[in-house]
Amino acid sequence: MDTTVDLEALERDAVGYFLRAGHPANGLIADSSREGSPCSIAAVGLGLSAFLVGVERGFLSRSEAAGRVLAALRFFRDSPQGEEPDATGYRGFYYHFLDMATGRRVWNCELSMIDTAILIAGVLSCGCYFSAATPEEKEIREISRFLYERVEWPWAAGDSPALSMGWKPEAGFITYRWEGYSEALLLYLFGLGSPTHPLPAESYRAWTRTYQWENLYDLEFLFAAPLFIHQMSHVWLDFRGIQDELMRDMRSDYFENSRRATLVQQRYAQRNPRGFAGYGENNWGITAGPGPGFVKRRELGGIERQFYGYVARGVPFGPDDGTLAPWAVAASLPFAPEIVLPALAHVQATYPEVCRDGLFTSFNPSFRLEGEHTAAGWISAEHFGLDQGPVAIMIENFRSGLLWNVMRECPALVTGLRRAGFRKADGRLLR
Amino acid sequence: MKPSVLPNDRYDAELLAEVRPSDWLNPKPAGRYNLVVLGGGTAGLVTAVGAASLGAKVALIEKNLLGGDCLSFGCVPSKALLRSGRFYADLHHAGHFTGSEPIVPSPADFSAAMERMRRLRAELARHDSADRLAKLGVDVFLGEGTFVDSSHVDVAGATLAFQKAVIATGSRAARPTIEGIEEAGYLTNETVFNLTVRPRRLLVIGGGPLGCEMAQAFSRLGCEVTIVHQTPYFLPDEERDAAEILAESLRRDGIDVRLNTTVESVVADRGEKRARLINYDQRSTVEVDEILVGVGRTPNVSGLNLEAAGIEYDTKRGVQVNDFLRTTNRRVYAAGDVALEQKYTHMADATARLVIQNALFLGRKRLSSLIVPWCTYTDPEIAHVGAYVDEAPDRGFRMKSFTVPMSASDRAVLDGDEEGFVKIHVRAGTDKILGATIVARHAGEMINEISLAMVAGIGLKTLSRVIHSYPTQAEAIRKAGDAYNRSRLTPFLANLSRRWLAWRRS
Repeated sequence: MDTTVDLEALERDAVGYFLRAGHPANGLIADSSREGSPCSIAAVGLGLSAFLVGVERGFLSRSEAAGRVLAALRFFRDSPQGEEPDATGYRGFYYHFLDMATGRRVWNCELSMIDTAILIAGVLSCGCYFSAATPEEKEIREISRFLYERVEWPWAAGDSPALSMGWKPEAGFITYRWEGYSEALLLYLFGLGSPTHPLPAESYRAWTRTYQWENLYDLEFLFAAPLFIHQMSHVWLDFRGIQDELMRDMRSDYFENSRRATLVQQRYAQRNPRGFAGYGENNWGITAGPGPGFVKRRELGGIERQFYGYVARGVPFGPDDGTLAPWAVAASLPFAPEIVLPALAHVQATYPEVCRDGLFTSFNPSFRLEGEHTAAGWISAEHFGLDQGPVAIMIENFRSGLLWNVMRECPALVTGLRRAGFRKADGRLLR
Repeated sequence: MKPSVLPNDRYDAELLAEVRPSDWLNPKPAGRYNLVVLGGGTAGLVTAVGAASLGAKVALIEKNLLGGDCLSFGCVPSKALLRSGRFYADLHHAGHFTGSEPIVPSPADFSAAMERMRRLRAELARHDSADRLAKLGVDVFLGEGTFVDSSHVDVAGATLAFQKAVIATGSRAARPTIEGIEEAGYLTNETVFNLTVRPRRLLVIGGGPLGCEMAQAFSRLGCEVTIVHQTPYFLPDEERDAAEILAESLRRDGIDVRLNTTVESVVADRGEKRARLINYDQRSTVEVDEILVGVGRTPNVSGLNLEAAGIEYDTKRGVQVNDFLRTTNRRVYAAGDVALEQKYTHMADATARLVIQNALFLGRKRLSSLIVPWCTYTDPEIAHVGAYVDEAPDRGFRMKSFTVPMSASDRAVLDGDEEGFVKIHVRAGTDKILGATIVARHAGEMINEISLAMVAGIGLKTLSRVIHSYPTQAEAIRKAGDAYNRSRLTPFLANLSRRWLAWRRS
């Protein structure tokens, strides 16, 4: 099979999403390409870093990127922070979804700890990247530091060592907490590295307490079912050759862990225990995201299938309804290029309709409408910033290590890693 | 109050004739007993029969029904209903096996399922009957036992002197603290099995084992079921993967699953009950015909006059015991729900055996040395034994879980039971089994193999050498052992093996 994949085209399409979805005045970025979509602060964080990819690859000029970044940073600096229900944020955190025009909270959504961390990651990456002595880039650096230092990370823990997933002025903290391996690795590292409001070291221990080290399909790894969990923190951090206490004990690192998690996805799809259409060596990518909807369907032969809407799909225990996320395959490129490139080539050749204007969020070959003839079956109606960001940045990380190199210059992250117990694999301290 | 069960049909009459005969005459107390047992549930029966078989003079006191919760209001009736429910679920999924459309009698015969349950319960009651106990040499006293002092108990006008006594009075359903629920009325495990007519809509409050099992059984028997649980996952002590599979399974059955939700209030109105629910900041209302509450257990410590015997207790945690199950009165021990955090029938049984040795034969058997499995009998079942992964940090070592999805078991695939997994936890760097979680249709049967291995000190490596019949679902356990062995095949050993075989070919 021809495994040639035009990586730069995928990057261009992904960065293009953020150029199209960005608000020219306030720099906010829409959650998805759906008409009327509000801003998602995570999309903003990913977009800010994706602009850096765009600059390096010549998709936009450095000054245009700086202008877009500065607009967003100024917005977050100046927008209301407070307990009022329509504020933009509170205690340095931000509401998950904001009105694209006014920047105020929408949908009665939660003040989101993880999405704030993703936003802050984008903000800090710009603070590190724009190092020129121009007034514009100087202001980017200043606001970047201000926004990070304003976040009151320990407040989000309440009276528990582990951080809550969110807060609402109407109801207080959400009872779900960030415990056990997940994308929140990034959240804890930023919290631990804060010079102004640092998390106590116990918070990291509380988070890792429910870690599960599993041997599955003959691969040993720190278990998490959805693929994106193994990617999100790696968008900004190069974990190769650095270890926290667990990884030292298990003689691994988080990068190798994500490689194994990617291989587990492939092995699951090869086994295809639930018999979904299309699954195989080059067709996998099971993660959180939209799906055909919460419906049951009876197939030929009488088998009843349950399909889902937006859920955190995962392997091997599910939920799994046959929905695949091509963007998540691409975002694993740095970990396992030898299986990702053939998988991307397969998707492009077999399901060209899910590769238009960038990789689609998800499709489901097992869910076909009457008279439908495309192999892809159900296809998600929109692109999401949360998907396009990792595609652009992880492909670039594979090609040049751009964001990983940028974030090595971020002192807060280094402090956070050290406070979480990370050391180099040879035992030396991180500097 | 005269003990009774409803609807008091012929099967209930048969049940009562065994475990609460109306014509029963308490025997004349026979001097000083080696052992007086208060409570005729599992813990009490095992203690009394075991001690009597060893030659002890034993008196057993029961104020309600012999056989206790397990027989009348617990494991026995609930598993009977689950079996009926599973039958209807299999009919619903007939297409999986036959390719045909589902064959669902409409509606499921709820009343017949309840009657079957009562018939089987009456049948099994023979094992716990007053007559049988008397024939085994136990003096059975029906009535309320109360301590007079540190070595005497009163029951139905008689005073029994004891050398040793065992408190085995069990537990009862905890009362919910929900506004309006007492007035509106609700069912517990003690009343739900009295139903003869299917409630069209049922609200289950509490996602512990009882709540999950009954929600599934009633749903499969044709009720519209809503289950409310106050934390993000069912079965709060279980592993998250297991709890998520269970939640998904309940949803697939059509149950309205409300996690992270509490019931604020209940009102009865025109023949229905309206419950106001709150999930963080979202309020909603559900209208139902019946409410089943399973929000924990309360130990039965009242009315025993424990103070007179110098026995310390707590109304929430029960009778205080040490690791030898002895109370603060050196003559008195406790077994089962009344003293244990793990309120399972098999724990009642195990602690009863332990008490016989410690109380009568100067034994030093410890509660903490027991390896205790448990199982929630939903479909799939969720069984666990030993440690959980989050216990490892406190114990100062790393844990590895060898995971085999049930889809890797040929038999599970053939049976259409691919949902679930076997996870065996070992101490990292060794094959010492610390615990296991199994989610499978017959997880309760499968977990016993792991318990045996743990009791006997058999490692995971050895389990891979145990030949399992093919095809069986328990083979997944052997596969976990195989995975362990493969994990020990380091690149050096693999290389050595290759060189050896290459040399043999030359």
